[in-house]
Amino acid sequence: MFREISNLKSFGPIAAIFIILLILPPILPRFYTYILALMFVTGLLAMSLNMVVGHGGMFQFHHAAFYGVGAYAFGLILKKTSLPFWMAFGAGPIAAAACGLLIGSFCVRLTRLYFGMLQISLGSLLWAIVFRWYAFTGGGDGIYGIPMPSTLSSAKSSYYFILIIVAISLAVIYLIFKSPFGATLLAIRDNPERCEAIGINVRRHQVAGIVIATFFAGVAGVLFVALERSVFPDLLFWVLSLEIFIMCLLGGWFTFLGPLLGAAITVALRTFVGIYTEYWTLILGVILILLIFFLPEGVMGYVMEKFGSQSYESGDRG
Amino acid sequence: MDSGQLVNFSALGAQFLVGLSRAMILFIVCSGMSFVLGVLRVPNVAHGSLYMIGAFSAFSISTFLGGSTAGFWLALLLAPFVVALVSLIAERALFCHLYEREHLMLLLFTFALMLIFGDLVKLTWGAEYRSIMAPPFLRGSIPILGSAFPRYNLFLLMIGPLVAISLWLFTNKTKIGKISRAAAVDREMVGAVGINVSWVFAVAFVIGCFLAGLGGALVAPTVSVTLGMDHDIIIEAFLIVTIGGLGNMWGALVGSLIFGLTQAFGILFWPQFAIVFPYAAVVIILILRPRGLLKAVW
Repeated sequence: MFREISNLKSFGPIAAIFIILLILPPILPRFYTYILALMFVTGLLAMSLNMVVGHGGMFQFHHAAFYGVGAYAFGLILKKTSLPFWMAFGAGPIAAAACGLLIGSFCVRLTRLYFGMLQISLGSLLWAIVFRWYAFTGGGDGIYGIPMPSTLSSAKSSYYFILIIVAISLAVIYLIFKSPFGATLLAIRDNPERCEAIGINVRRHQVAGIVIATFFAGVAGVLFVALERSVFPDLLFWVLSLEIFIMCLLGGWFTFLGPLLGAAITVALRTFVGIYTEYWTLILGVILILLIFFLPEGVMGYVMEKFGSQSYESGDRG
Repeated sequence: MDSGQLVNFSALGAQFLVGLSRAMILFIVCSGMSFVLGVLRVPNVAHGSLYMIGAFSAFSISTFLGGSTAGFWLALLLAPFVVALVSLIAERALFCHLYEREHLMLLLFTFALMLIFGDLVKLTWGAEYRSIMAPPFLRGSIPILGSAFPRYNLFLLMIGPLVAISLWLFTNKTKIGKISRAAAVDREMVGAVGINVSWVFAVAFVIGCFLAGLGGALVAPTVSVTLGMDHDIIIEAFLIVTIGGLGNMWGALVGSLIFGLTQAFGILFWPQFAIVFPYAAVVIILILRPRGLLKAVW
């Protein structure tokens, strides 16, 4: 599996990058600290999607719904109740995972396109409710000025908070990928019929995969609120779901860190291209077409292929 | 609605007709999407953008012709062809090279088209609100069941079945229609008997997009034509096509009726949550019949 970090040698660079990220904030201007933190949050979101799509072979078309549910659960508890911070922090991912369990159990009855279409429908229902329920969710305006504990009030401290949570999440995701459960998920992606035949409960594994992935989407949602202090219905909109897909494609489906890289590139491009032109989506569309035609394995996949260490077994997912 | 007085029979009847005419627009757009989905097996995410281009083209054509009655009809006639041309270019230049690739790539490609079309519309027409006037005899309203009913909606109620019949005649009575139906079921076999499948796909794609443009041109006099139309319609189209049964034209009709009517009655009973009703209906149907109400074509 993931050759890029499968041996001790490659832990060196990763540790080095982590240390650099730890010492960066005092040096960097505030704006860049913010952009880096946004990259981590978006990166975690993309990695959680890749768990079910790249790794699980499921057409998780509306992943952003769970990201939004996590963000809203966290934001609403902080804004409307006096519950302690850590409870709100736990509630976000748990709410997302609960939605994942509910929606996932309906979706796994179906396969491929039907799976995806059903998920878009169910996710859009969540979006419609959030969008219209002014009294509770703030409707189309969302909620602004969500109070944060004083330890997270500065840009620097929220950066460190996000960095550490994302690092822990990535480590957990890596361990899940490496576990027997991760291997089973991969096997189901490549050949569900055969897995069924050797006695694996395919649907139960798929639901478990969705629950874990949506849990981490919820973590990303919580971190987004910690960074932005606001929530809005666009977080649950299906367009965002497809944008996360682009990030995974850009980084590479069949690599571990690819989606993180793809998210970082997308956030950087959006920020810096956005300065020069208001036609950012046009540029994103062109990039996506170029990717589909010339770099379907993604940046990370291409690098892995080019520099010897084979990426990982790409299954027949047609 | 708090009083039972307001929700009386005539309001119900009027709302029923409003829902029905909305369903006609949805059906015209969704039948195109369903047709593409049936033959190419790709949900065309850019379908909503083509609908938007149809509406904007209709606006430009009718404005260019001075907003006259003839201009309106010409806009209605030409706008779908503009959209068909745009889709033909996109298909022949880019899309046709990807048919061998996996589904997810094709879907993402249509998403890229949606992103590009959205910004191209912004470049061409700007972000302002536009509107088209229907010709005089379609303006105003006539009394039906004791409440005023817009004439234009009656016009839509006539156009909808017309499109349904034409599409049925096309798929069942013409050679290319029959070939495209065959390609939907078994594309290898169609290729094996010596038919150029790539061109069948092109024709299906262009016809589907033509219907999106027609829907956009027809809806233009009833709404303000603006950016963001694509996002509003595409998710509805997705849901309708799913509950109807993927690729099934009659499924698209049934789905549109369910969607349009639940929305119209939702407005009557609980205006704030009107958009939740159709979504809830869709979810209930999908939980009971995950593969849609009617049989999918493949």
